[in-house]
Amino acid sequence: MIRFENVGLRYGLGAEVLRDLSFRIDGRSFQFLTGPSGAGKTSLLRMLFLSLKPTRGLISVFDHDTASLTKDARATLRRRIGIVFQDFRLLDHLTTYENVALPLRVLGHDESGYRAEVVELLQWVGLGERMSALPPVLSGGEKQRAAIARAVIARPELLLADEPTGNVDPNLGQRLLRLFIELNKSGTSVVIATHDIALMDEYDARRLVLHEGRLHVYD
Amino acid sequence: MSTTEPVKAMTEPWDARSRLPARVSMPQTVTPIVPSGSIAGRSLTAVVAIMTFLAALTAGAVAMAVGSASDWQSAVGREVTIQIRPIAGRNMEADVRTAVTLARNTPGIADVRAYTKEQSDQLVEPWLGSGLSLNELPIPRMIVVKLASGTSPNFAALRTTLAAQVPSASLDDHRGWMDRMRDMAETAIVAGIAILVLVVIVTVLSVTFATRGAMATNRPIVEVLHYVGATDDFIASQFQRHFLILGLKGGAIGGGVALLLFGVIGAADAWLSGTSAGQEAGVLFGSLSIGRVGFATVLILIGLMAAVTALTSRRIVHQTLKSFE
Repeated sequence: MIRFENVGLRYGLGAEVLRDLSFRIDGRSFQFLTGPSGAGKTSLLRMLFLSLKPTRGLISVFDHDTASLTKDARATLRRRIGIVFQDFRLLDHLTTYENVALPLRVLGHDESGYRAEVVELLQWVGLGERMSALPPVLSGGEKQRAAIARAVIARPELLLADEPTGNVDPNLGQRLLRLFIELNKSGTSVVIATHDIALMDEYDARRLVLHEGRLHVYD
Repeated sequence: MSTTEPVKAMTEPWDARSRLPARVSMPQTVTPIVPSGSIAGRSLTAVVAIMTFLAALTAGAVAMAVGSASDWQSAVGREVTIQIRPIAGRNMEADVRTAVTLARNTPGIADVRAYTKEQSDQLVEPWLGSGLSLNELPIPRMIVVKLASGTSPNFAALRTTLAAQVPSASLDDHRGWMDRMRDMAETAIVAGIAILVLVVIVTVLSVTFATRGAMATNRPIVEVLHYVGATDDFIASQFQRHFLILGLKGGAIGGGVALLLFGVIGAADAWLSGTSAGQEAGVLFGSLSIGRVGFATVLILIGLMAAVTALTSRRIVHQTLKSFE
């Protein structure tokens, strides 16, 4: 599904922050992406999300060489990938329901056509009673669940999560992990970037470890 | 496209107590993706309104000045005078009659009016005072000749005829005065247009910077739309539409108030036109109406402000998106 071959990344004229990355992410797979702070986890996630171009190497996403894609083609591929940020990135003027429905709205879908689906997903992540609430009044855990719901509402084939448990307590972190596992069981490939060892110990999954700019894969 | 199973097929991972109640209160209206009532948006509308008002005032003032200068030129240009100087041995009244007859017989002359001796005396009264006997003073007599509109009488021939039959007469077609008046009017028009161009440039720059300021607060929205898979054109069109409305609103307020002000001034001018104060104002300032050109200029300014805000927002969206890759 995703293939990296000898990918390198540098910012400006500086040294390479990521070197010779070669790995695959298969369909329906689950992996943790880990490494110390500043190792380049977020940069790698951004490359997976087609939001950052590598300095060298080949990135193939859904069998498309990303180097030859137009901006619109990248946007189209990006719709097959969901992303969850540590800081949630919910729009404060939209309700929880509207935030979750946003990916379907930008696809041009009619509100009456996706309403039931969004409501059902909100129920599924435990936000059934918070649909009309604005993000500023949601708790950290509720915001994170809303962000996850927004990332999966368009049924992406790949879900990327950047430190999804960074802003929640350990108990809530475990529950969010169960949410990701359920999503994976339903067919979505999942990549969770985290440096939370305890969280990774909760679930036996493939680990991609970034260290000094290189990637080590532990299947 | 997707290989995942429908969401409804998933099992419930969260608390059962969070299941949706039987009746759910759902939002009845869809909130715009770009918030319409933000502080930055209201500030931008105010900036656009104020700058459009100032630019419209300048445009209206320039339109009035151009109209007045044109009125002055045409009013002076439609009139010439014949002056009869008193010369020993000649009958002044006979010379005046002869000059009037010669002028009336010239093609292109609409009206000829000779000042009587009493009227001529009254003309010098402000300088010499009243109650004096002016019979001994050699006061010339004036004949006002009004030209028919759209014609150009042969003044050279009239001047030659007058010189032959009334040696004491001299024809003044105000050429020197007209030339100076034309120069002054043209200078006023060029200066007015230059000021208008400067004001429009300042307005466009102010609105551009205000739009940039308002857009800075919307960067998170651009980011989120980008991350949920919106195309660049979709994001740009959302902001362009929103800012076009803000620009139109601000422009309509500023331009509308300016037009209202010009309407009030025009109405006051019309109301005072029968009074001596109105006549004096008319002599000084000409017509206090911006005319169709001024009205059209204000409408163009409103459209320009809306276009500047919309296109600036679109350009900033594309610049922001470029920084993401």
